[in-house]
Amino acid sequence: MHELAVTQSILDISLRHAQKANARQIVMIHLVIGKLSSIVDDSVQFYWDTIAQGTIAEGAILQFERIAAEMTCLNCGFIFEPSDVTFACPNCMSHTVKITKGDEMRLESIEID
Amino acid sequence: MREKISIIENIMSANDRLAEENRILLDQAGVFAINIMASPGAGKTMFILKTLEALDGRLRMGVIEGDIATSIDTEKAIAAGMPAVQINTGGDCHLDAVMVSNALKALPLNELDVVIIENVGNLVCPASFALGTHINVLIASIPEGDDKPYKYPGIYRGIQALVINKIDLLPYVQFKMDYFSEGVNILNPGLVTFPVSAMTGEGMHNWVNWLVNQVKG
Repeated sequence: MHELAVTQSILDISLRHAQKANARQIVMIHLVIGKLSSIVDDSVQFYWDTIAQGTIAEGAILQFERIAAEMTCLNCGFIFEPSDVTFACPNCMSHTVKITKGDEMRLESIEID
Repeated sequence: MREKISIIENIMSANDRLAEENRILLDQAGVFAINIMASPGAGKTMFILKTLEALDGRLRMGVIEGDIATSIDTEKAIAAGMPAVQINTGGDCHLDAVMVSNALKALPLNELDVVIIENVGNLVCPASFALGTHINVLIASIPEGDDKPYKYPGIYRGIQALVINKIDLLPYVQFKMDYFSEGVNILNPGLVTFPVSAMTGEGMHNWVNWLVNQVKG
């Protein structure tokens, strides 16, 4: 639900970097979004189509690179994707685990003309 | 000519920068700020009012009330004798650093020790927006169920204290404390936790004593 603010931020960052590089047009925006960051791609795209209008980012393609959630067991070192109902390590059943991937919310790069 | 520019910037960086400015403003005024998050109906407003009551004058407290609409909560806070500012987000599901920056300017910070910011009732969006507070506190309540850490891991990871409210309802609802605590402990090991009933007052003194230590310690 907070995708409007997130999309506005993507636009602001993209325009700032594009202007610095004297770009005429932003063609592509590469985003890295972790599964745990609660961002819905379709919503970002929906807002993007509206708020990018009239800027040099209008029509830019949003490319989403999705990162799955990943946990690492601190007991046996096993790396796994957490299930919906438990965070326990499927290998040794330990509860001493740590989230190691899935928080990402980065603007990685833009392509400009 | 097509050109690729590497950026690698956190999408929330603008909000994070403004949150840092809020923190500086708070520190300069000597005010300790708390961001209280919870789902709708977890008892945030009552918990804040009961905190004021249990403090019994030990700290001078103000509140910022975040809601999508209405000023019901602010009216309750003012009636209880606290300086209070309402933020109506007009549909936004969370507070952000800009909204809080404006609200802080409307509070008499030099006359306060602590400001409690009541975020919009929501377990998803507020977790992504730093406000510049010194601590984030989540209020989980018993009737919401014991699976919430598993369903909303993000919010459990970014907090410095957890309040489990409505413990007076434990005999009447299915809530496995072990299962709940197991999820919390994985997401946020060693998290300080306060089981309370804001309504009956049970456990409130532990919370308030801890709070006074945080602010004055």
